[in-house]
Amino acid sequence: MLEIKNLKTSVNDKTILNGLNLNIKAGEVHAIMGPNGSGKSTLANILSGKQGYNVSGEINFKGEDLNKVSIEERAQKGIFLAFQYPLEIPGVNTNNFLKTSLNTIRKARGQKELDTLSFLNLVKKKSAELGIDEKFLSRQLNVGFSGGEKKKNEILQMKLLEPEFIVLDETDSGLDIDALRIVADGVNSSRTKSNAFLIITHYQRLLDYIKPDFVHVLSNGKITKTGNSSLGIELEKTGYANL
Amino acid sequence: MKTQKDINTNQEYKYGFSTDIENIRSPKGLNEDTIKFISNIKKEPKWMLDWRLKAFNRLKILKEPNWQKPKYPKIDYQNLYYYSAPKSSSKKINSLDEIDPKILETYNKLGIPLQEQERLSGVAVDAVFDSVSVATTFKEALTKKGIIFCPISEAIIKHPDLVKKYLGSVIPITDHYFATLNSAVFTDGSFVYIPPNVRCPMELSTYFRINATETGQFERTLIIADKGSYVSYLEGCTAPMRDENQLHAANVELIALDDAEIKYSTVQNWYPGDKNGVGGIYNFVTKRGACRGKNSKISWTQVETGSAITWKYPSCILQGDNSVGEFYSIAITNNHQKADTGTKMIHLGKNTKSKIISKGISAGKADNTYRGLVDISTKATNSRNYTQCDSLLMGNQCGAHTVPYIKNKNASSTIEHEATTTKINEEQLFYCNQRGLNQEEAVSLIVNGFCKEVLQQLPMEFAVEAQKLVSISLEGSVG
Repeated sequence: MLEIKNLKTSVNDKTILNGLNLNIKAGEVHAIMGPNGSGKSTLANILSGKQGYNVSGEINFKGEDLNKVSIEERAQKGIFLAFQYPLEIPGVNTNNFLKTSLNTIRKARGQKELDTLSFLNLVKKKSAELGIDEKFLSRQLNVGFSGGEKKKNEILQMKLLEPEFIVLDETDSGLDIDALRIVADGVNSSRTKSNAFLIITHYQRLLDYIKPDFVHVLSNGKITKTGNSSLGIELEKTGYANL
Repeated sequence: MKTQKDINTNQEYKYGFSTDIENIRSPKGLNEDTIKFISNIKKEPKWMLDWRLKAFNRLKILKEPNWQKPKYPKIDYQNLYYYSAPKSSSKKINSLDEIDPKILETYNKLGIPLQEQERLSGVAVDAVFDSVSVATTFKEALTKKGIIFCPISEAIIKHPDLVKKYLGSVIPITDHYFATLNSAVFTDGSFVYIPPNVRCPMELSTYFRINATETGQFERTLIIADKGSYVSYLEGCTAPMRDENQLHAANVELIALDDAEIKYSTVQNWYPGDKNGVGGIYNFVTKRGACRGKNSKISWTQVETGSAITWKYPSCILQGDNSVGEFYSIAITNNHQKADTGTKMIHLGKNTKSKIISKGISAGKADNTYRGLVDISTKATNSRNYTQCDSLLMGNQCGAHTVPYIKNKNASSTIEHEATTTKINEEQLFYCNQRGLNQEEAVSLIVNGFCKEVLQQLPMEFAVEAQKLVSISLEGSVG
């Protein structure tokens, strides 16, 4: 589904990713772990198409080179990023935002846009699955939300938009155990044979709930080690310094 | 429609067409003859002409103010027409069907159908074309409730007592240069009188259209809400695209008596000039409301997206005890547009309250100033003001300024002022893009969110239109 070949990025002549290779197939869950500053969030941004980086190398998504594809087109093609710090947008009703986003993406996929009633039914169902209070949907987008609420809102958006390739950028940071479990359940229940996940995290604890097929260590802009889920547990014990 | 081609190629200002129509004009120039011409063609009584001439005499000793932030080249007042009207409008018409089809077509294109079968339901419209009112809808339905809604030129003839009593009572003819100029040469506008204890059953609205070239529009609106009455009034404005700057100097006076409420909304979309700042309307307007009675309320809501220069301060004089004044404003400037706008809240009565919510949005090379006065007099005990001024900047070549003047002359009153300036946040845009929205949709969403507190004050029929206008005004301003 996603092939990254020799990806190099820099900002103001500072190299961040330095020849990263990664191959993710449909149905797989990959985790990327690594110390601070190793380029994990940069990778998430680059995959979403964020501007402001010098990029070389290749990113192929379902056989298409993403090089010249804009952020919104990538989103419409099925790439989703759950943000580490979801943005607050004052004055914008959460429901309204979700509906606009969903209908934009449905339109791009050639699906019929949902009317207000069908949308509300759908969002009610999905938020109930995540234990999200409905009141929260009529509040301004992420404004005054707790860290946990913001992250749950990201997972809700993921469930609504049904993307094919999902990047979770440190979604576990700032979550208490209950919220962590809800987020993990949300991810697990969304796993199918036709989608794939890239989970960026510092800690093993999220991987206790979401079992990855592969764990990669990102260090100095490269993947330095790849293993199965036991690699995460090992790292938790020994730290990155010993690699 | 001679500029038909321009409209199709220019998405940014879709009201930029002009109507090719035969006009009756006054001779060019600002002098007594012009004033007599206007008064004569409108068959005004002598007292009205005398009033105008008194204003004109005053004007001779007044100077144009120059303290505002936007500067503009000197206006040659002798090179303007002060009256221009479609020739067909001089004929007396008995029903809307007799209106010149070209004028009807113009209003249809503007989305303001005047014919019976296509009217906006629940909205009565007075349509002002250059210097004359060409149609007023729902007149009879309103008359049954004793409501007067007619062109001011008609009110001068049919309701002289009301006009004499209230015209110039909020904006005196000596007020300042543009207000005095308007008093001397005003041509048309709307007159509204709501009798005691009547709640006006529909939105009243005036649609101002500038069409003729080299012509100033000097409209005059007077709204009186008698004791215990309520009215909601909305004005909209558009003009053709031209490379000349046209002057629009209006006076609007509102009077609310005991327990009465007036809600006045403006959606101003005069031609803003092109991308390089050529052409556009000078929108120099004096709007003032007097909460004359106890427990009265006046609420101004404005969405200012057009004009090369917008220079106006819709104000409230809170004379009656417990009266309330409100000002909700969105001012959007893009390209080379300039705005210097805000309000004045003059607290004179006891327990008076005022609220100011201003949202300024600046993009391109535009400049946006909020200027406001809150003045609580010694007698206005236990009065309160709350002001919130938020500015949003898009790009790094535009400007936002906040200039509050605050005077509190008694110890029992309180004034709160909050101001913020933010830049449109790249991360917010990225977030929206990542959810599938393109740059323009994202900007529109964020800006409409920023303006929400003001947009929700608009009558429902116009809120959707205003939201679209907010988005269109900012097209191409990011990215």
